[in-house]
Amino acid sequence: MPRLVSHPDEVKIVTKRFGMGAANIDKYMELGGYESLKKCIAEGPEWVINEMKSSGLRGRGGAGFPTGLKWSFVPKQSAKPKYVLVNGDESEPGTCKDHLIFLHDPHAVIEGTMIAGLAIGAKTGFIYLRGEYRYLLEITEKAVADAYEKGILGKNVLGSDFEFNVITQSGAGAYEVGEESALMESLEGKRGVPRIKPPFPAVVGLYGGPTVINNAETIASVPHVISMGGAAYAAVGSERNGGTRLFGLSGHVERPGIYELPMGYNLKKMIYEVGGGVRGGRKLKAVVPGGSSTPVLLPEEIENLGMDFDQVGKAGSMLGSGGVVVIDDQTCMVEFALRTISFYAHESCGWCIPCREGTDWLKKSLTRFHAGFGTEKDIDNIQYLAENMMGRTFCPLGDAAAMPTIGFVKKFRKEFEDHLNGKPCPFAKHVELAVV
Amino acid sequence: MSPKESNTETMSIFSPQLSARFDVLVAKYPVKRSALIPMLLYAQDEIGYLSDAVIAEVAERIGITQLDVRNVATYYSMLRFKPAGKFNIQVCTNISCMLRGAYELYERFQDELHIGHKGVTSDGVFSLEEVECIGVCCWAPAIQVNYAFHDELTPNDVPKIISEYKSKANGSVKNA
Repeated sequence: MPRLVSHPDEVKIVTKRFGMGAANIDKYMELGGYESLKKCIAEGPEWVINEMKSSGLRGRGGAGFPTGLKWSFVPKQSAKPKYVLVNGDESEPGTCKDHLIFLHDPHAVIEGTMIAGLAIGAKTGFIYLRGEYRYLLEITEKAVADAYEKGILGKNVLGSDFEFNVITQSGAGAYEVGEESALMESLEGKRGVPRIKPPFPAVVGLYGGPTVINNAETIASVPHVISMGGAAYAAVGSERNGGTRLFGLSGHVERPGIYELPMGYNLKKMIYEVGGGVRGGRKLKAVVPGGSSTPVLLPEEIENLGMDFDQVGKAGSMLGSGGVVVIDDQTCMVEFALRTISFYAHESCGWCIPCREGTDWLKKSLTRFHAGFGTEKDIDNIQYLAENMMGRTFCPLGDAAAMPTIGFVKKFRKEFEDHLNGKPCPFAKHVELAVV
Repeated sequence: MSPKESNTETMSIFSPQLSARFDVLVAKYPVKRSALIPMLLYAQDEIGYLSDAVIAEVAERIGITQLDVRNVATYYSMLRFKPAGKFNIQVCTNISCMLRGAYELYERFQDELHIGHKGVTSDGVFSLEEVECIGVCCWAPAIQVNYAFHDELTPNDVPKIISEYKSKANGSVKNA
């Protein structure tokens, strides 16, 4: 069972009910649950969208798009039904925050979905969980059934004339489905290949209807934004980055876990104080700041780095999904790069050639390189290949594979050179990787 | 054309419980084929893999071709077309787990079970798989046995996990 951790610097908003049995609907309501929904029904859609806009809440899936603005793009009138789609296909390596949300506070996801539905004028919401999260799907399904029984979901929500239904859905193993258009394809019972944009989902989405797609953490934050008020929520975070984030510390860190910290929290402090430093008192070699697709950062780059979308972007990486992977000085970065690209090669859906071929060739080159058969020219080729994948695919998976690879080659070129001329890897434990 | 499931119940290869569940599933979504992926997963949970018969019946229940079902099913990594062990041990070796010893863990499973990636033990009790990120990064290294997570493991935990599931397998044989 995933362990809960805590640290005095945490600001518990989304996690405030964790470990309190809030998966039980009575407990959830005793702790103030569904009060935000009541308030939203009373105040109406326009008020909700304005609160969301003033909260500065930005998409927690990785792109960081302002949530209130996204909701406002949905046309008021639509011939086809509108939908809310919650993305719980959490699959980015280094990311496990939604796991805890569904485990400890599934009703917050339901309440957030309903508020989103009210705001955009939808009557149906879908909560999509990755297939591996079966036990979390069961917890969520129970929560949905309980909400129907209490008259929270259904025809007359809490006695009002607002109608809303929630449908849960299971995936069956696919990273690509975390991309919003592939997610809609999967929910329609198809292969999870991306759609071309435009049209954007807010106009033509699920079953052709206008659709808002939000990450599970974003949706779980919504009831808290409403109960605190948009302005108060915004004040917790940094400039243009409202609220808190569930940061997942993993890898070579003394106290790994999910910590809820204000947006803009210093990364160095996060690793050394919140996470207790590098495991075994070793030296820090590198940090992947926001899930495996975000370019690696060096220790000197994190000194004054605040963890929000803008500051990490300025530092040449991305805040992504908030999965902070700590890497110590005993790690081979060529192996790390290889393991990262192996994942993307495995997950590329094959729809776009630059991604399908690019990830495969990067994996082949890095495999050969790590085994000691690389040439000087390979180092440049790897970078050249990765650079030519950027921006040439329907969805961001190609970029997600290319960006970290470019980062590894640029920042750890010396380690690549150390593998040349048949020299054995100075760190190697595992030269061959089995995942095919 | 609106295919009705009038005959599927009597001819079904699935248990009455699963058939009933499928009846609910196909009516649950605005469009029937949205039920496809969960149906395939639940069918696999009961039958063990997506046999020709499973694909045929799911196709008929949804009202699409078998080819269409195969086209979708081959996309998803959790769906399989060959039987796995009664307990499918999935070891994550992605970055967060790798940094905390996932390969040592995976090697220990291989040594104890004498099988490799996607192998099945001769008694059919276990299969082993190296898998991509399973969303347990902060409690690494982690595995999934069927749907059950086991986290913060070391190679020394491996024999205990194996014997725990072995006794479960023996228990279910006795009860059967």
